[in-house]
Amino acid sequence: MLDVSKPVRLKVEGLNAYYGESHVLHGMNIEVGRGELVTLLGHNGAGKTSTLRAIMGLIRRNGSIRFDGDELARMPANRIARRGIGYVPEERGIFASLDTTENLLLPPVVKDGGMSIAEIHTLFPNLKERARSPGTKLSGGEQQMLAMARILRTGADFLLLDEVTEGLAPVIIEQIGVVIRLLKERGFTILLVEQNFPFAATVADRHYVVESGRVVDMVPNTALSNPDEVSRLHSYLGI
Amino acid sequence: MEILGISSQALFGQVLIGFINGAFYAMLSLGLAVIFGLLNIVNFAHGAQYMLGAFVTWMLLNYLGINYWLALVLAPVCVGLFGAMLERTMLQRIYKLDHIYGLLLTFGVALLLEGGFRQQFGVSGMPYAIPRELQGGQNLGFMFLPNYRAWVIVASVVVCASTWFLIEKTRLGSYLRAATENPKLVQAFGVNVPMMITLTYAFGAGLSALAGVMAAPIYQVSPVMGSNIIIVVFAVVVIGGMGSISGAIVSGFALGLIEGLTKVFYPEASSTVIFVVMAIVLLVKPAGLFGRTA
Repeated sequence: MLDVSKPVRLKVEGLNAYYGESHVLHGMNIEVGRGELVTLLGHNGAGKTSTLRAIMGLIRRNGSIRFDGDELARMPANRIARRGIGYVPEERGIFASLDTTENLLLPPVVKDGGMSIAEIHTLFPNLKERARSPGTKLSGGEQQMLAMARILRTGADFLLLDEVTEGLAPVIIEQIGVVIRLLKERGFTILLVEQNFPFAATVADRHYVVESGRVVDMVPNTALSNPDEVSRLHSYLGI
Repeated sequence: MEILGISSQALFGQVLIGFINGAFYAMLSLGLAVIFGLLNIVNFAHGAQYMLGAFVTWMLLNYLGINYWLALVLAPVCVGLFGAMLERTMLQRIYKLDHIYGLLLTFGVALLLEGGFRQQFGVSGMPYAIPRELQGGQNLGFMFLPNYRAWVIVASVVVCASTWFLIEKTRLGSYLRAATENPKLVQAFGVNVPMMITLTYAFGAGLSALAGVMAAPIYQVSPVMGSNIIIVVFAVVVIGGMGSISGAIVSGFALGLIEGLTKVFYPEASSTVIFVVMAIVLLVKPAGLFGRTA
């Protein structure tokens, strides 16, 4: 299983998760290798967002979540973050009572090697212009950039990105794609939840297809040159 | 000298009393606002913790010979530790439940504390001498200003301003404000939010104890001193806006003053004027003067 060239950073096995009494993940299995960008594709309510929340320790879960050799399944969220995992939630989670700079500086540094504010401002020039605006006065695209930027400052090198292109204009999606490819070049490992399959195909190494709280298929991005594989994926996603 | 038919001595005297009461309202409603903001708990034990602060001060002096100045530090620390224990052992279990459970639990704690002290010390209240350094006063020409009262006003302004600065302008404060909005996400960034909640409750309890220390030489040290003041303080918090820090401070001082002035011009209404203001504010601006509408 363990490929020496790409050691496994995250290995999720038999993961179950619950919102109150409702059982939303039924034995998820995922592997993400060092430096890989892996997506979770699937319909609304398939369990993609819940998978990220379960890894992050935000919902009740059981099963195994091995990360860099440590078991996360029994850890509280704050200790999981300290392992170097950065989380960009679906709803972006920009704080209304904090201005842009305060939002950017909020997540504590968890590892060496995070980006400096200057680097972040080069990557996301808008955030510099809007430094003193309240977080919620930003446009959707700016909020998304802020949600990503604040994680890059912390030194986290494993990113959980949830629907980072949702509801954004094509030009902004383009910009986010550039950033994600740059992060990959820099060696970040990324688990990306995405509804926008054409976008996912431009950045990913592999795709997991999620249905009813479990993984039903895995398609390497390179296989997408094969029309049969593409139509198989499309049939899952109902495109 | 007379103003509107009232002697200036009486007028300024009541203004001063208004400011003193306002100083206590501000310090107490500040702690309540901080606790409500982060814990979503209406801390009915706040008055009891204020009373506890005054009693610890009295006991330190009478049992251990420890003076006022040391008590200013020790009493808030003791009551803060008590608060931390209360949060860890009891409050922590009820955050997922409706607000009303937190209110009932802290109300129960307040009754237990008050009952315990009443059993031991009775209700008559015990005097606590003004520290030697602050005895006497200044004649300002239009009125006489006792040194201790001047100290209380200055100290409470400093305490309120520092707390405001801590919460609104520092990094620690930004964790607190963010956790008030979305505690889970702040925890997912690596902040130990449960610990922060415990410390916040301890801080709020310590703040009420500090008010208790300062109150000891002015009001009598009595088991019922907390329940006497806490209802007014709740009205102040509602007027300022639940969870608003600056709202708690400003309306604390303002309502103390309004209460003092009412005593001069229409004494019959002095004990109800704050509640009249509260009713009007609730009608006109239900989120309070400084509250954000959700």
